[in-house]
Order: sequence, then C-alpha cells, then structure tokens
Amino acid sequence: MSILIYAEHDAGQLSSATRSAITCAQALDGPIDMVVCASDCASVATEAAQIAGIRQVFTAQANHLATQPPEGVAWVLESLAANYDYVLAGATSHGKNIFPRLAARLDVQQISDISGVIDAQTFVRPIYAGNALATVRSHDAQRVITVRATAFEPIATGGGDASISPIEPGSDSALVEHLGMQLSGGEGPELTTADIVISGGRGVGSQENFALVKRVADRLSAAVGASRAAVDAGYITNDYQVGQTGKMVAPKLYLAVGISGAIQHMAGMRESQVIAAINTDPEAPIFEVADYGLVQDLMGALQELDGILAESPTPIGESA
Amino acid sequence: MKVLVAVKRVVDAYVKIRVASDGSGVETANTKMSMNPFDEIALEAAIRLVESGQASEVIAVSIGPDAVQEQLRTALAMGAQRAIHIDASADLEPLTVAKTLQALCARETPDLVILGKQAIDDDSNQTGQMLGALQGWGQATSVSALEFTQGKAVATREIDGGLERLAVTLPGIISVDLRLNDPRHPKLPDIMKAKRAPIEALTLSDLGITANQRLEVLEVREPPTRTPGVRVDSVSELIEKLRNEAGVMP
Ligand SMILES: Cc1cc2nc3c(=O)[nH]c(=O)nc-3n(C[C@H](O)[C@H](O)[C@H](O)COP(=O)(O)OP(=O)(O)OC[C@H]3O[C@@H](n4cnc5c(N)ncnc54)[C@H](O)[C@@H]3O)c2cc1C
Ligand SMILES: Nc1ncnc2c1ncn2[C@@H]1O[C@H](COP(=O)(O)O)[C@@H](O)[C@H]1O
Repeated sequence: MSILIYAEHDAGQLSSATRSAITCAQALDGPIDMVVCASDCASVATEAAQIAGIRQVFTAQANHLATQPPEGVAWVLESLAANYDYVLAGATSHGKNIFPRLAARLDVQQISDISGVIDAQTFVRPIYAGNALATVRSHDAQRVITVRATAFEPIATGGGDASISPIEPGSDSALVEHLGMQLSGGEGPELTTADIVISGGRGVGSQENFALVKRVADRLSAAVGASRAAVDAGYITNDYQVGQTGKMVAPKLYLAVGISGAIQHMAGMRESQVIAAINTDPEAPIFEVADYGLVQDLMGALQELDGILAESPTPIGESA
Repeated sequence: MKVLVAVKRVVDAYVKIRVASDGSGVETANTKMSMNPFDEIALEAAIRLVESGQASEVIAVSIGPDAVQEQLRTALAMGAQRAIHIDASADLEPLTVAKTLQALCARETPDLVILGKQAIDDDSNQTGQMLGALQGWGQATSVSALEFTQGKAVATREIDGGLERLAVTLPGIISVDLRLNDPRHPKLPDIMKAKRAPIEALTLSDLGITANQRLEVLEVREPPTRTPGVRVDSVSELIEKLRNEAGVMP
C-alpha cells in the first residue's frame, strides 16, 4: 500500500501540518512518497527528503504553481495518483482547497480532517464542530484524506535520504488569476504549534487592549489567538481565529480571556492539554471545560499577570 | 448573470447536539433545524448581486427530503427568484451532492455557483471544490469579500496566513466564509408570500444521479468530556497552579 503526501509549504519551509500528515501516514504502513509544487522547489524538497521513512520526493516546478493554486496542484496530484492507494495532506487552508478537487477527479469520496486511524480503511473524524466523533469506513479503491494536525505529532527532519525527481508540472489553467496576498507574518510562535496560546475574545474590548494580550503572550513565548467576535470587531486579523471555522489548536496551555466559550470556539481548542479561563461571568460556558477558572476583570488580571511575569520570568521548575 | 446557490438544512448552529446512545448517529428528531449559516451568507451575497443589477436571477437549490422545503421557503423569503428541491435522503455525501449540482448546472447553465464553505453538520468542506473540478471551473473558497469586474469574480479569501486575492473567470465557484456579509432576516410579508410560492421539484433520477455510499458511518460517539476544574481566587494563585500543579507555564 503506497502513500503520496502533498508537501505543503510556506515561505520555503515544509509546513508543520504536512509533518503531522506524515506521522498519520506511518499508521497506514506503506512506502511514503511526497510531492512539492512550487516555483522553486529546492529547499522544501531537500527538507522533505531528509525526513526518515520518505522513499521519494517529486518536484513539480513552475511559476503557475507558486501560490499552490488548487486547479494546478490538483492536476499534478492527479497525474501521480494512479500509483497510490492513499493521498494525504494536512487539513490546512491549502489542503482543504486542493484535495476535494483531486477527490472529485478520481471519483473518490474524500475523508476530511481525520483525527485517528483505526485500520487501512477505517478512520475517525470529528463532526458537528467536534461535538461528535464519527468512525467511518471508506469503500473507495483509493483514499483521499486530509489530516487534522493537532491529532498527530509532527515528524522531525533527520535520518532520511530520499531521492528527488522532477515531474511534469502541467500548465496554467488560466481559470484563476492571483492578485496578491496579505500575510500577517506574525512575530512570535505559530498559533497552531505553540506550547502556550493566549486567546482574547469580545471581552477584551478594543484593539488597544489586545496589545496587552500580546505583551503577556510575549513574556511566555506564547502565541496569540482570538475568538470570532474579537476578529469581527476588528481587534485582530482573521488568521488568529480559533474554532470551527478558524484554526485548530491543542497547546499545553490554552488561556482564554474574555471568551464566553461558544461551541464553535471550543471546537478549535477543546483538545488542549490544560485550559485556563479569565472571565467576569461566573456562568460563562468556558468554565465548564476550564481546568482553572478565574472570575475577574481581564484587564486588571492581564496587568497583574504581566507584572508577575516581568518579575519572575525564571521557570520555577528549573530554578528549584 | 445567473447565480445558483446551494443551501443545506442542518441542525441549528446554537443547538447542543445529542449523540444517540446506541452510537448510530446524532439525534435530529425534535431538534431545531436551520439553513446552514454559511449558506445564508451565500444567499445574501447572491441576492445583493440582483439588487445591484449585476445578476438577473438567483436560484436556490437544496438536496434532501421534503423537509428541506422549509429552508427553500426561507431562501425565497430572503429574495431568491426561484427554488429547486431535489429529493434525496438527508445524508448524501459531498461527492454525490457535487455530482447532482453538476447535473443541475447542465440544465440551468448558471454563470456562478455560490456555496457555503462547509456544512456545519458533516464539517466536510468539499462540495464547492468538487463541483469546481467536475465542471472544470476555477474556484475561490472561504471568501470574505467579493466584487465583480470585467466578467470576473474578484474575491478575497481567508487563508491560514492571512488573506489572498483572486480573480476567478466566470463561470466559476465561490464558497463563502462568515465575514462576507450579515444575512438579512426576511420580513413577515415576504415570509407569507414565500409560503405560496412554487418550488420546482426534481429527483436524483431525473438528473441521472445514483446515490451510492462510499463512506460508511460505523459509529458516532461523544468526544471525551472535559470536566470543570477548580476556581482560583487570584492571578497569583492561577500562576502558581499553572506552574507547579499543571506544569504548563514556565
Ligand atoms: C457557523 C459558525 C461558525 C463559527 N465559528 C467560530 C469560530 O471558528 N471561532 C469562534 O470563536 N467563534 C465562532 N463562531 C461564533 C461563536 O458562536 C461565538 O459567537 C463567538 O465565539 C463569541 O466570541 P466571544 O466569546 O469572544 O464573545 P462573547 O460570546 O460575546 O463573550 C464575551 C465574553 O467576555 C466576557 N467579558 C466581557 N467583558 C469582560 C471583562 N472586562 N473581563 C473579563 N471577561 C469579560 C463576557 O462575560 C463573555 O463571556 C461561529 C458561529 C457560527 C454560527
Ligand atoms: N444536501 C445539500 N443540498 C444543498 N447544498 C448542499 C448540500 N450539501 C452541501 N451543500 C452545499 O455545499 C456546501 C459545503 O458542504 P460540505 O462540503 O458538506 O461541507 C454547503 O455549505 C452547501 O452550500
């Protein structure tokens, strides 16, 4: 049973979600190949080839693939697919955008966002914003799958020596013109992979107040997150949203400040190891999932937190 | 410009769902059902195109049992010109839905199909992209801003790193995200009028579609529940617990 993984990348680096997809693929037990689509594949292909267990890396290099457009990438994947039993990608904005096009072309019912592998054809996936887990069995001959990154530890680079071979990149479909990108390119750790996430909600009240959330996050080397209400109110940009329609996170610590805990928000953070919440409303649903709850005004609490962290930045466990 | 909008009937977004104790699925009997929230936004976007004179007609289509006519009446009350009900079971898979929409596109020849980016029951996020591939059309998914110039849909997409702007050649596919617009609430007279409006009826076999199940649901269960933890009285106590008890804060 052979497996093809879409090597999603960002600014010349293999994405962490792809590394999680590789870990997921290892549960399927078969040789794993990867394919990189880009205008310059070299650095990502090298990175992929150095991952232990990868057999071969294909590169489809062309200008029209620079932004990994779904029309072009699905064409490349389809050209290789006949040799594979599984095609996998991380369930990121690229994976979600590209893979259903591939599945339709192969006449396969895609399995979206899997969080577990039971056997070669049986998988677990969250439905209803993670309020239910479905065990599904695929009756297709081939399987097109996107993988929930938080459910699988990303594999590290090292120990691999796969061959790299160029393949036919296809041509520009000319169906879609790329006009530009506005990336927030945040400072600090990446939201989906950080050990600590501090998320602010509507309760934060303003863009100015959000700066304090960021400051506390910086002191902890934490990533900043947000609820939909905070994004809609313009406190922070869309790519910080956590939830059913935002990002899935599962850090060691998720601190929610001024977030009520709507099911759509919890969909994105309920797998966190420890959840802490600061909210003035003792009845807020977030407290039903929080391991530690503090009923207090968030601005005062964040200022105090900031002060204490400024005074005792040394990890207590290490200093002891 | 003729616009087709796909609307799905789903368990209302604010209902706390119940998983059947025998693991057979999610209970939908006696549960509040609504139009998928993303599809309301898709419909709103399409109706505004008619209002601004950029589109001539909005056709709302829903695939499912008779009950989906309720959502089609909502679509008509919001301002869709026509509604098409394609009779099918409630649990069609995205590939079958996409093939059905493909067959409908052959009959209706729309210039644009607008869908929700995902149905909040199955959370698949597939149908629009699949239809794009089947039709050989370009797509913009998770769209949060949309305008039309020179026969193209100029769309802003929400992506993991921020935003992306695309110009999609028509005919094409747009799937919408939450921030595109605030869908209107239909007014009472329009709701009354929509009650008497005709809904066109088709079956899957009229369109030459057979619904074969590729993804068998073996079991549906509740996720592991989290139990509420403790309340702390101060920030210093919170920090102390996170550092020394949970060991998750440096
Ligand atoms: C289809 C769909 C998808 C959605 N997807 C998402 C998603 O991906 N992510 C998401 O987050 N939401 C999503 N939502 C929206 C979700 O339903 C909620 O509306 C949203 O999460 C609420 O955000 P919030 O908790 O910040 O705001 P609110 O619910 O308004 O809560 C604000 C909280 O702040 C507290 N507060 C106020 N002032 C203070 C203060 N000074 N100090 C401390 N606490 C204070 C209040 O007590 C309250 O609990 C979605 C909704 C739908 C319909
Ligand atoms: N049964 C259906 N009837 C009409 N539209 C549907 C149906 N199923 C899915 N859709 C459309 O496809 C979108 C994405 O659904 P999904 O791929 O299931 O997440 C929805 O937001 C709807 O616009």
